[in-house]
Amino acid sequence: MLTEQVIEMLTQGVKDTLYMTLVSAVIGYVLGLPLGILLNVTGKKGLRPNRVIYGIVGTFCNIIRSIPFLILLILLIPVTRAIVGQSYGSTATIVPLVVCAAPYIARVVESSLQDVDAGVIEAAKAMGASNLQIIFRVLLVEARTSLVTGFTITTGLLLGYSAMSGTVGGGGLGDIAVRYGYYRWQTDIMIVTVVLLIVVFQIIQYLGTKVSGRLDHRKR
Amino acid sequence: MSEIEIKNLTKRFQVKGHTVTALEHINLNIEKGEIFGIIGMSGAGKSTLVRSINYLEKPTEGQVLIDGVDLSDLSTKELRKKRSEIGMIFQGFHLLEQKNVLDNVCFPLRISGVGRKEAKDKARALLKTVNLEEKEKAYPSQLSGGQKQRVAIARALATEPKILLCDEATSALDPQTTESILALLKQINENLGITIVIITHQMSVVTDICQKVAIIDNGNLVEQGSVKEIFAHPTSDAAKELIFGTRPSPLSVREVSGNKTVRVVFGGGSSYEPVIANAILRFQVPINILHADTRNVGGKAVGEMVLGLPEGEKIQEDITAFLRERGLTVTEVDEHVN
Repeated sequence: MLTEQVIEMLTQGVKDTLYMTLVSAVIGYVLGLPLGILLNVTGKKGLRPNRVIYGIVGTFCNIIRSIPFLILLILLIPVTRAIVGQSYGSTATIVPLVVCAAPYIARVVESSLQDVDAGVIEAAKAMGASNLQIIFRVLLVEARTSLVTGFTITTGLLLGYSAMSGTVGGGGLGDIAVRYGYYRWQTDIMIVTVVLLIVVFQIIQYLGTKVSGRLDHRKR
Repeated sequence: MSEIEIKNLTKRFQVKGHTVTALEHINLNIEKGEIFGIIGMSGAGKSTLVRSINYLEKPTEGQVLIDGVDLSDLSTKELRKKRSEIGMIFQGFHLLEQKNVLDNVCFPLRISGVGRKEAKDKARALLKTVNLEEKEKAYPSQLSGGQKQRVAIARALATEPKILLCDEATSALDPQTTESILALLKQINENLGITIVIITHQMSVVTDICQKVAIIDNGNLVEQGSVKEIFAHPTSDAAKELIFGTRPSPLSVREVSGNKTVRVVFGGGSSYEPVIANAILRFQVPINILHADTRNVGGKAVGEMVLGLPEGEKIQEDITAFLRERGLTVTEVDEHVN
């Protein structure tokens, strides 16, 4: 079963999966991190509470998060086509992955920042720090362990979703599992892809835990 | 002109639809170079009051003037500048947990635009002042409470403030550590001439290092003056409670004695006459010493005693008069029992 061709296909599958997952995570953070900061800052106990902005951004995030990913994948086909030029393949899958991830990331970031001790923020204010300084030098720094943990969880989620996109020709390991395992009844190939997904997931989780642990100075 | 002037300050909060008055018509002047204590039971409003001094809490009414400048006249930017001239330390220390000691002390300098190198040099000098120079690479989680507060003090001093606000700065510390932190604050006050405002619920903190004190009770300023004066002659209930409350409760004292109990305070320049012994010899009655203590009030040793007097109104009055004649302050203990 593991012919040269299959191995090559699986190697490409791993590469595609990593490509989709990591690129969408990074772009997701480019959009989601500022949104998360905005949610935290405009929240009830934030640096600058603003019900209107918080309401709008929050509702927007909730709406997108309440759409099942598979539906989002199909709903976004015209958008994907407009941006990437085609609606199938790894690069095309990144579009719905980012749309799905950004609001999720925003909430994860919001909650990480909320965990920063209010007293430390007050101390920074008492020292004359501006809100921007508090965001960049206090909030993001103090919450970094939790932010990295959030990044790891989000990446794991995206790995799963990237595999789901295989049902509509998304590329990567999920695509192989669907095409060979489901349509062609080649259970052995499906099992290998699942094992590979598990291994990739474990590596991501391991690295994430390692990095957040290394960054954390709160424990002795 | 006083360094800090609080004029007719009132602060109200909206809590679930109704208004809570945290502070009402507070008037307070704090002079340059003073160590000023603000004392009250928890919930009295003292934390709100100290937060008004750097406008972390904006007063609902009234004014706060620092060196004659009304804080409400300042723009956001000017206010931030002003705040950097007022250091503040807290009960919970509030250090940056993810930064080491040196970077914590550098923090206020960095945010006010001082270069990295210069900030580090200055921070090291400050860590020396607070006796923590060997801990500069440590993280707050590796320090004891007293050490954390020393780092917080170094951090508060980094921008060379003229005023240092201490919000229950020793309340989370054990008595010995408290003593060393208070000694450090006193040293800073003497060496740098920084005005220190101390918020506390511990009378001992006030008697140890403060020259003046204001007593806050239920949002009102009920008494203020020199620590010596208030310690000897507390007039408000809150003051009496704070001063007597540091001993076994007067109620239990009364139960033990069964008779009239009085509190006697020996002033700073107390005489060499053995007053109590002489009273016993003179009146030929037993006087029961229920409690005796010496405290350092404003740098002078002040003694206090609680005496159980024998039965009989006449003899009690005579003894009281005898003690008063010898320059002692005598107050009845049981009058404020609640």
